[in-house]
Amino acid sequence: MILLNPVGALGRAVLGGLAAVGRLALYLGATLYAMVRPPFYFREFGHAVWVIGYNSLPVVGLTAIFTGAALALQIYEGGSRFNAGQVVPSIVAIGMARELGPVMAGLMVAARVSSSIAAEIGTMKVTEQIDALVTLSTDPMRYLTVPRVLAATVTVPVLVAVGDSIGIFGGYLVGTQSLGLNAAAYLRNTADYLEIWDVTSGLVKGAAFGFLIALVGCYFGMNSGRGAQGVGAATKSAVVAASVLVLAANYILTTLFFAA
Amino acid sequence: MIELRDIHKAFGRNHVLRGVTLTVPKGESMVIIGGSGTGKSVLLKCILGLVRPDAGQILIEGEDASRAEREAFLARFGMLFQGGALFDSLPVWQNVAFRLMRGATKRPKAEAREIAIEKLRRVGLKPEVADLFPAELSGGMQKRVGLARAIAADPEIIFFDEPTTGLDPIMAGVINELIREIVVEMGATAMTITHDMSSVRAIADDVAMLHGGVIQWTGPVADMDHSGDPYLDQFIHGRAEGPIEAVR
Ligand SMILES: Nc1ncnc2c1ncn2[C@@H]1O[C@H](COP(=O)(O)OP(=O)(O)OP(=O)(O)O)[C@@H](O)[C@H]1O
Ligand SMILES: [Mg+2]
Repeated sequence: MILLNPVGALGRAVLGGLAAVGRLALYLGATLYAMVRPPFYFREFGHAVWVIGYNSLPVVGLTAIFTGAALALQIYEGGSRFNAGQVVPSIVAIGMARELGPVMAGLMVAARVSSSIAAEIGTMKVTEQIDALVTLSTDPMRYLTVPRVLAATVTVPVLVAVGDSIGIFGGYLVGTQSLGLNAAAYLRNTADYLEIWDVTSGLVKGAAFGFLIALVGCYFGMNSGRGAQGVGAATKSAVVAASVLVLAANYILTTLFFAA
Repeated sequence: MIELRDIHKAFGRNHVLRGVTLTVPKGESMVIIGGSGTGKSVLLKCILGLVRPDAGQILIEGEDASRAEREAFLARFGMLFQGGALFDSLPVWQNVAFRLMRGATKRPKAEAREIAIEKLRRVGLKPEVADLFPAELSGGMQKRVGLARAIAADPEIIFFDEPTTGLDPIMAGVINELIREIVVEMGATAMTITHDMSSVRAIADDVAMLHGGVIQWTGPVADMDHSGDPYLDQFIHGRAEGPIEAVR
């Protein structure tokens, strides 16, 4: 079929994609609406902060330290022609804070959290737990979606901050231990070149990524097909969509923040 | 009183309900029987608004269910889902007391727990079960926890989707008695789906048989054995031969 009618197949894929974006936008609207209306479930929120934030720390920290270390090596290679002692610390710091910190944390959280949210809510859906919630006069949007989305929005920036610090520390380790840069000068250069806005722009990105990741996880979970297969498909779609959205949002936010 | 008027529901090309009309008087116990996959569970979900019917009208005490204020509407109902549908993130007692800990019926935690343990006792479960998680229970125990949750807030209208499936005969007897008690003592209106004919005789005031998307037969349980309806006869005697095809 695809061979016979490539244009038609492409058209269908585009239309299908647009319809999915439209449904996600509607879901976004419903989530925002539910956010501003009581009740707010504090316990669910606290639990979500724990699961999304605290449990993601190790993986975010590990990816950050290797990223920072590799970045230092790369910059040293490229920058040794100039003044490596200055260039490495500043670029590692700025690169981590503005770009790599939020993006790496966003991608790791997208993989870890959007999948677990989609699988959990999808399972609740196929085992009629969502129906049971509704029957017990509890709105699934407020009980399941809102706490997770808010928790991710406030915790991913914290993860980004931790990732930034660990990544910069990774660069420092490589810079001082294997590239032979002066430790005190490294720290001074880091502090001198890094501006507040470099850090806060990364944190804002983190908040946006967290929001999107949890939203997508909830959306695919709530719209899971029937049976184990349905939950599996929902989980996969959630991870793919969350990762793509993180990267797309990163581009858009970078344009907004730094193009002006 | 629950009135269903000409309810239709299709999933894609699968036309499940094709005009169900049924009345359940207040304080009565209606039992719905019918072959597997005929849409019994879907019918209950239509009444609760979990599934939106394609056509037809549902009236509760004369009020159109689709126009009712959802929260107040649902607060009158209790439902035991066919699969239990327990929240596996919560311990058993919080499952049972779910409604008692939130919203309009909210009460202190200790009191909610006490009520939950009392309801568990009524479905034949020991207080020790209260702090376990649903995944640690057997299938029959999960079913009974679901039952305890359905009756926890003393609803006016209770739906039981196969309350005795998966229970041993003694426990099935206990549950049948419990359902009867809830209707007689608390004056609740009950709709029960079951495949267990002894259970039908134990709990029903009226029986309705769903077949081919419509109510094939309905009447008092006493008339069930001499209805003269070949479909009903085949069903209650469990015969392989008759108007209902075995392969559906
Ligand atoms: N959400 C749904 N999406 C698509 N089809 C559905 C859905 N829910 C139910 N069905 C279909 O509707 C039909 C009736 O299902 P239902 O669960 O009401 O059967 P039932 O009478 O309760 O059977 P059983 O006695 O086995 O529980 C089945 O063919 C089922 O596949
Ligand atoms: Mg059923």
